[in-house]
Amino acid sequence: MKTKSFEDILESLPYLENSVKEQKEMLLANLVMMGEIPAPTFKEDERINFLIDRFKEADLQENSIDEVGNGIGVLKGDGGDENILVVAHADTVFDKKTDHTIQVQKDIVSGPGVADNSLGLSTVATLPTLLERLDIKLKNNLILMGATRSLGRGNLEGLRSFLSNYDQPIKAGVGLEGVELGRLSHTSIGMKRGEIHCQVPEEYNWSRFGNGSAILTLNEVINKINNIRLPQRPRTSIIMGSISGGSSFNTTALNATLRFEIRSESSEQVQSIHQNFEEIVSEVSSKSGDTIELDIFAQREPGGIPYTHPLVRNTRKILNKLDLEPRPGPSTSELSTFIDRDIPAVTLGLTEGDHIHEINESIKIEPMYKGIAQTIATLKAIDGGYCEEA
Amino acid sequence: MKKLKKWIKDNTYHHSQFWDLKKLVEAKEKQNLSISLCLPTLNEEKTVGKEIILFKSELQDRYPLIDEIAVIDSGSEDNTMEVAKSFGADVYLADEILPDLESKKGKGENLWKAIYQLKGDIIVYVDADISNIHPRFVYGLVAPLIYDKQAQYVKAFYDRPLAVSGDVRPSGGGRVTEILIRPLFSLFFPELTGIIQPLSGEYAVRRDVLEQIHFPIGYGVETSHLIDVYTKFGLDAFAQTDLDQRVHENKTTRALGKMSFGILQTFIKRAKALGIIEKISDFETILRQTQARDDIYEQVELEIVEEERPPMIEIEQYREKFNKVLD
Repeated sequence: MKTKSFEDILESLPYLENSVKEQKEMLLANLVMMGEIPAPTFKEDERINFLIDRFKEADLQENSIDEVGNGIGVLKGDGGDENILVVAHADTVFDKKTDHTIQVQKDIVSGPGVADNSLGLSTVATLPTLLERLDIKLKNNLILMGATRSLGRGNLEGLRSFLSNYDQPIKAGVGLEGVELGRLSHTSIGMKRGEIHCQVPEEYNWSRFGNGSAILTLNEVINKINNIRLPQRPRTSIIMGSISGGSSFNTTALNATLRFEIRSESSEQVQSIHQNFEEIVSEVSSKSGDTIELDIFAQREPGGIPYTHPLVRNTRKILNKLDLEPRPGPSTSELSTFIDRDIPAVTLGLTEGDHIHEINESIKIEPMYKGIAQTIATLKAIDGGYCEEA
Repeated sequence: MKKLKKWIKDNTYHHSQFWDLKKLVEAKEKQNLSISLCLPTLNEEKTVGKEIILFKSELQDRYPLIDEIAVIDSGSEDNTMEVAKSFGADVYLADEILPDLESKKGKGENLWKAIYQLKGDIIVYVDADISNIHPRFVYGLVAPLIYDKQAQYVKAFYDRPLAVSGDVRPSGGGRVTEILIRPLFSLFFPELTGIIQPLSGEYAVRRDVLEQIHFPIGYGVETSHLIDVYTKFGLDAFAQTDLDQRVHENKTTRALGKMSFGILQTFIKRAKALGIIEKISDFETILRQTQARDDIYEQVELEIVEEERPPMIEIEQYREKFNKVLD
């Protein structure tokens, strides 16, 4: 299928969507086989092996697993010498003990991690065969990557490591996430992610009767965090993501942990709140005599390409043509790694989903065809040189 | 039982031996074979879609190993047929195949009608309720038929993967196999005890064999196949493949009771027809179970002689003690 202009790409979208639909068994089979392999952060090797097998079967000449476990395949371009990187994170939030059985029904696929991010990764695995079956040849090299160590404490180590060591220039990056269709992230917000861990001494202290609980200490910390004044501009938030602690009904909790993210459009704000956290921890610790630790293990710098950047503008047009409402929200995903290296990039969602990060996580099948058509069209637009600033 | 030991050694495979699907497809095409996959269904909307997707994508589109995928349904009340159609399987209602014959309901009916409806030289049957379905469930079963002309009937069994540490482990089937089938086979068909999971619902068979054997409609179909193929074609017609694990819903003891009752009926019918109960003067006294040592499967022979005591009244000392008289 030859395209001579960006308008041709837009015009080809209905055909593209139908052609993708014709390949639904391959897409879903890869999703099922990929999704049934557990891949908690730092233990993605089996899933990456499957990805590499798919690359080999598609006759990708260059495919390898790098030192941090990323799976990488290169679909050689038809004469061009630039590189476009498509990436999906390989890890999920589910541990190996979780039953990873996936169910396929007429309209939906469900199972742990199916949306975040088995669909993204299986799309990367499917792209070489899909492009071949659709007779689409890109001029430039397409680097396909399953990135490891992305979530939680992984802190995007996979993609960071790859970009630090890859010695060729990358023209643009496209991140793929299972949900939500319409997502068009082009900016990253500043972020610090961490834990506050409270620990009380094991010996029972009668002078602290009724108050010797790590949960109460953590509660004190949370109250103080809640009192931090947040500016409306730049937009800033503190997300208290999860809390854990104690072991039973009738035993004083010796440990309690809060997991949080500080997010802001301004890195100064993130830094300032981080300082607030340090002060709170030190104040509550000295008052209570308990051990309180603040552990920040992941961070992002704010940045990105503007809304008017040709990559964002043309991706918007692609979404509009598919009757999708573009949602250009900021992201803390792989995108920020591209941004750190001044590589123009967007993150796209592939379909609609539900119960994200729950055992019964599910995605809709039908919108997936639009999601993949949008991805291919965006790659063609980048490849054709329609997404570069003058 | 040297023959049985040799059969186990030569005819027991692991699916990983057939990983090279390109080579397998080439061998199939060289022999100009056609292969049909039959999924018998009854209310299986939750699992049938996934099976069809995997087999179609991997074993039709990517590696053209199977030539048709057919669902033969017993009259599901859920969306089994609709789901199967939407993912591209050929879907048939069992009652509509050979409609002039009296209608019967049961899995065996679907399997039997598949012989009429499907075109393949080989038919591979896979239950539609397997939640950990994988292409190996098909290629692991058809490969021995493609590579070995002598093999006629390849049965699945489910054990642990090859790479496990050295201990001996029991390598048996489910409860009905160990409590009913294996003792029965030990008594009447000792050579069939080499088949590790005689009741598994997954098997690949050549048409030439299928068209010559009876098909009980209910629970006895697998047992009857083994006896019929054994008596017509001998032990060497069989092969078996380890497909690792099969995850499906566990049946209740009550359901297993029903199943055993059906199997017993089939077995007794066969035994009577073959005259084996009358012919045997002394019963076999060796129970043959199987175990695995790494990747080697072996038989464990247990001599179990059921000796009997007479009624106590026949013992003189007893009669004296209790002042009893023998009639």
